[in-house]
Amino acid sequence: MSRIFVAGLGAVSPAGWNVAALRDALDKGEPLPVQAMTRPGWEKPLPARLVPNPPIRPEFLAHPRLRRTSPITHYAAAAALEAVAGLRANPAAKNFRLGVIACLQSGCVQYSCRFYDETLKNPSTASPLVFPETVYAAPTSHVAALLENVVLACSLVGDPASFLQGVSLGAQWLDENRVDACLVIGTEETNWIMADAMWHLDRRAIATAGAGTLCLCRDPKLSSGVELAAITDAHTYSARLDRTQAAQAMRGQLGENSPKELLCDGIGNSPRTDAAERGAWSNWTGPRVSPKQILGEGLMAAAAWQCVAACDAVANERFAAANVSLVGSNQQAMGARFVRTNSGISHLSGGRP
Amino acid sequence: MIFPTTSSPRTPVRVVVTGAGIVTALGIGWKPNAEGFRAGRVAFRPVSQFDVSRQRVKTAAEVDLPAVLPPTRLGARSIARLDRAGAMLVLAALEAWQQAGWESAENLLLVLGTTAGGMLLGESYFRQAVQQPQRHRRQATRAVHYQPQVQARMVLDAIGFSGPITIISNACASGGNAIGHAWDLIRCGQAERVVAGGYDALGEMVFSGFDSLQALSPTVCRPFDARRDGLALGEGAAVVNLETLESARRRGAFILGELTGYGTSIDQHHLTQPHPQGSTTLTVMKQACANAGVTPEDVDYINAHGTGTVLNDSSEALAISEWAGRRAATLPVSSTKAGIGHLLGGAGAVEAVVCLMTLREQWLPPEIEFETPDPACKFPIVNKPQDARVNVAMSNSFGFGGVNATLIFRRWA
Repeated sequence: MSRIFVAGLGAVSPAGWNVAALRDALDKGEPLPVQAMTRPGWEKPLPARLVPNPPIRPEFLAHPRLRRTSPITHYAAAAALEAVAGLRANPAAKNFRLGVIACLQSGCVQYSCRFYDETLKNPSTASPLVFPETVYAAPTSHVAALLENVVLACSLVGDPASFLQGVSLGAQWLDENRVDACLVIGTEETNWIMADAMWHLDRRAIATAGAGTLCLCRDPKLSSGVELAAITDAHTYSARLDRTQAAQAMRGQLGENSPKELLCDGIGNSPRTDAAERGAWSNWTGPRVSPKQILGEGLMAAAAWQCVAACDAVANERFAAANVSLVGSNQQAMGARFVRTNSGISHLSGGRP
Repeated sequence: MIFPTTSSPRTPVRVVVTGAGIVTALGIGWKPNAEGFRAGRVAFRPVSQFDVSRQRVKTAAEVDLPAVLPPTRLGARSIARLDRAGAMLVLAALEAWQQAGWESAENLLLVLGTTAGGMLLGESYFRQAVQQPQRHRRQATRAVHYQPQVQARMVLDAIGFSGPITIISNACASGGNAIGHAWDLIRCGQAERVVAGGYDALGEMVFSGFDSLQALSPTVCRPFDARRDGLALGEGAAVVNLETLESARRRGAFILGELTGYGTSIDQHHLTQPHPQGSTTLTVMKQACANAGVTPEDVDYINAHGTGTVLNDSSEALAISEWAGRRAATLPVSSTKAGIGHLLGGAGAVEAVVCLMTLREQWLPPEIEFETPDPACKFPIVNKPQDARVNVAMSNSFGFGGVNATLIFRRWA
């Protein structure tokens, strides 16, 4: 199979509209301020960390396809453009065939709620402009239209560990030479019903939104210095494999401790939700970062931020390798490992060149 | 590890279908569906699942689910949590599994396509949250079970296998993409066997959405007819069990057909409208044929996407006509959406099973209501029940967002 490299990264988060803002927030290690989200029918608001308005209006919003889109598409588009910027500036990649894979768990909730609310009130006046933006595939389609030279696209739905299924699919497309580069995007938006659903499932969760993107390529010359070394099996939860066992199985495939390596885990602030992942990594003595503790529960976007943070740490030579742990909410546990290109660090076993 | 994987096999692996399950408004299972498609039966009736009194259109093709599901490994509590979409999916998967004769297994891949997943539960969640904001009963369960991956896990639990789940949501191409992706996984050596399919249930929000777009036909769904005025919605599910030819032969399995080609790409013209000239449709049909090693002369039947909307059918008709060239004049085409409606994420999978039926039983599914061809159709539309020699069948699926998929099946004799 081909070697797969990371050519670029992109991120939109409550910390801001680029990877640098994400990096700064994670480096500070302080949870971002929590805002109050009004929940109709409740006196007490729900907690959320919202994506701030961009400092300047993004140019891509002038694209005809993006004018009526909801925030999820804005986040996905901004993260995709940031991740692909390096390739676009490279004459060698001018005519690249791109693939776009967008991974979502909750998807286009804002327009879905709006449209269904209109339907319940009076279906004869429900807006035909809003309905098409409710489908899971809408952000993928808009990003593909924005980037123009996209030849393959796919929207994957699942729990946050599915982001690594997206990375695996992108690697497959590259290996089969169906694309020259592939953007893998994890994106979500939030609103009161998302925060409400999280409240029902985990009272400590703080809803957030945004996107993260990895731009994968096959050509080492286009690499940002990061190589995809491994993606573990998808350890699906079942009657025979509970979440704790699945997390341990994933952990077992990601190698041993090393002080040279970073762990980007998905641990948040909920003892119950985090128990499986905490247990699986209890023997990890190396450095670790837990983006959800800083940013909140961003579902698929949070999974993407973990991968972006891992790749960013390797690209900036802060670590020779980084492991990503994704213990999904209701589907599977998966992990990945990124290493510095040609670092001599082993692909499959942590810290053992 | 799923990455890196071992190298792809030098010679592409042949992929065969050894199980197929289908649920539509024509019935549950291969037999009633085959009889219905062969006769060109039309299954539309007034919508009973939700209030359509204020909608422009009031009919759809609803599935009559059995009061009790056949025995599975699911407990009573799990069964009670299945919504219509989940129940249809489990029924289709059970039929396919039993037909294939597979044993329970570890690490067996499941690839599903859906547009709405458990949206019926999502609708219930929203209504209760808005109308009874202080009432929390069942909301946590709905929040979990509306997610398609949880419905997919129900399939694993119902049948008793385990393995990775992939959910593709490329709108109305999802079912075709799911089967195509499964084919890819087997062809490139990542799996020996995969369960794949698509499903969607009728829901108020989606019905209202298509009605708001004025995409629903207020009269009769007539794909490719010059007088067509829209699509009709339906619901259903289909699942196929795919495996390598070697695996099927080793087991002495009964083979329903061979999946020989798959093409997919994205049409960036518009979120909801295809390119007027069908350029991406043409691309994916060519891709699938190249993979399958067939030319238009080899194809005996096309199950078109054929929604019945003005824009879709003219675009697809132009693409088929250009792709087929001289062969178009004698190439039978029909859209089974004329009988069962558009099944959205389930459409591509159901129509794949219809192709398998034509290959197994050597007939063509007619569009009984079709009368006057659109001028863009350079090919005959099947509008009467007929027996036919079918060795190669093609299925097209296109979705909102622009992803297109084409599958090619070959008769196994």
